[in-house]
Amino acid sequence: MLENKEKTYTRSHEPVFWGLFGAGGMLTAFLTPVMILITGLLIPLGIIDKGNFNYQTIHSFATTWYGASIVLVLVALPLWHTLHRIFHALHDLGIKRGRDWQQVLSYGFAFAVSVFVFTLLLQIL
Amino acid sequence: MSKRKPYTRELPNDWWMKQLFYTKYMLREGSSVFITLYSLILAWGILRLSQGEVAFNAWMQALQNPFSIFLHSIALAFALYHTITWFSLAPKAVDLWIKGKRLDDKIIVSGHYAGFVGITLFCLLVIIL
Amino acid sequence: MSQKIIEIDILRYRPELDDEPFTQVFEIPYNADMSILEALQYIKDHLDSTISFRWSCRMAICGSCGLMVNGVPKLGCKAFLRDYHPKKITLEPLANFPIERDLVVVMDDFIKKLEEIKPYIIPVKNEEGKTKCLSDGAYQQTPEQMEKYKQFSMCINCGLCYAACPQYGLDTKFTGPAALALIARYNRDSRDAGSAERMKIVSQEEGVWGCTFVGYCSVVCPKGVDPAAAIQLLKVESSKDYLIGMFKPE
Repeated sequence: MLENKEKTYTRSHEPVFWGLFGAGGMLTAFLTPVMILITGLLIPLGIIDKGNFNYQTIHSFATTWYGASIVLVLVALPLWHTLHRIFHALHDLGIKRGRDWQQVLSYGFAFAVSVFVFTLLLQIL
Repeated sequence: MSKRKPYTRELPNDWWMKQLFYTKYMLREGSSVFITLYSLILAWGILRLSQGEVAFNAWMQALQNPFSIFLHSIALAFALYHTITWFSLAPKAVDLWIKGKRLDDKIIVSGHYAGFVGITLFCLLVIIL
Repeated sequence: MSQKIIEIDILRYRPELDDEPFTQVFEIPYNADMSILEALQYIKDHLDSTISFRWSCRMAICGSCGLMVNGVPKLGCKAFLRDYHPKKITLEPLANFPIERDLVVVMDDFIKKLEEIKPYIIPVKNEEGKTKCLSDGAYQQTPEQMEKYKQFSMCINCGLCYAACPQYGLDTKFTGPAALALIARYNRDSRDAGSAERMKIVSQEEGVWGCTFVGYCSVVCPKGVDPAAAIQLLKVESSKDYLIGMFKPE
């Protein structure tokens, strides 16, 4: 009988992306609201003084190795969270064509921006 | 002869608009679009930072644009929605047992909120002081 | 006082006559203590004997009478007219399953998945490849060990969670909430030794990774099982497995 044929199971590589998604989601949940509040609203609207958010302070912070890593994580990690969601949302919206390419473009985008920011930070280090 | 003829219904592409629960799920997933935009704005800021003080100040100036303020307001709303939904689902992924009892969901959720408030205040203080 | 009436729309499909389902409207006397299942029985007895629906126990334990009530997956025996009256009620067969006839769906795919996950205890084997003999005594388990899986063991295989899951609706290859929750139920049982076998199903693309945590499965479950939580726990397990696999290939 055909049933006797042992079914083969293929392990998914999703744990890698899910791990990044989870880490990014956690960071986003805790930090993104206050980051948007500071850089996008309070400072531009002049509600709080620029304080430490000026060129000199930011530049000297981002040119230390630990500062650069913090900046990289703050800017790039959320993208691994959001593009994971966008990739899956495309499926939810019924866009069935080219799932492979959708995957390459989604995670490729997160990767490209991460490399972009990494390179910039390396330049000014 | 069998009269069987099972009828398969296709899930319409707008399934998520037909029920509030699904719509809220899609809004949660949709928050990622605005958070992506915000990350790109920050990445742009790093580029301007690397180009020197004049460029960086121009970036800061651009953030005062009313459209920028509008965009950041929406992004903030979505980011908060992400935070709320993330915290409310957090207990489901936690498998902590203390003395044979599962750690209460409420403790996990309120722990997250306490952390959130602490981190938010800390960030505000770091910038102001 | 005149008898109150409630209007019930039923999606009907008769494979030998119809090319596609259509809605039939019924009006039945309203009773505050009448369940949807009883309303269906009233319709079959008094108004239209050709209508088909599944039922058995009438007390939310057999899992036969699942249907969509105003678009929400419910057990007919556990949903009551009083929660809808005076508004009308729309009944449809469970979503995401093919319709066999009227409110009866084809559940073959779900049953196949259920069988595949081996929803029974797979005992430990000794050096000779034999399991413990009955005469050696019973398997012991403490209340704490039972607590780890008890919640997931309440499943009655009614299929409401599959009807609630858009990921299953989008792609029926997805193993789905109930089958995955039952994997968690057996893998978390201290008497079971079948985790490794079942983790192969979990770690596939169609396993836990088909889930995007919509979470509606846990809302509709009539027995208070939390499949969404089970799947998250299995995602963590699968990820640990993946990490170990990277350093220690089989």
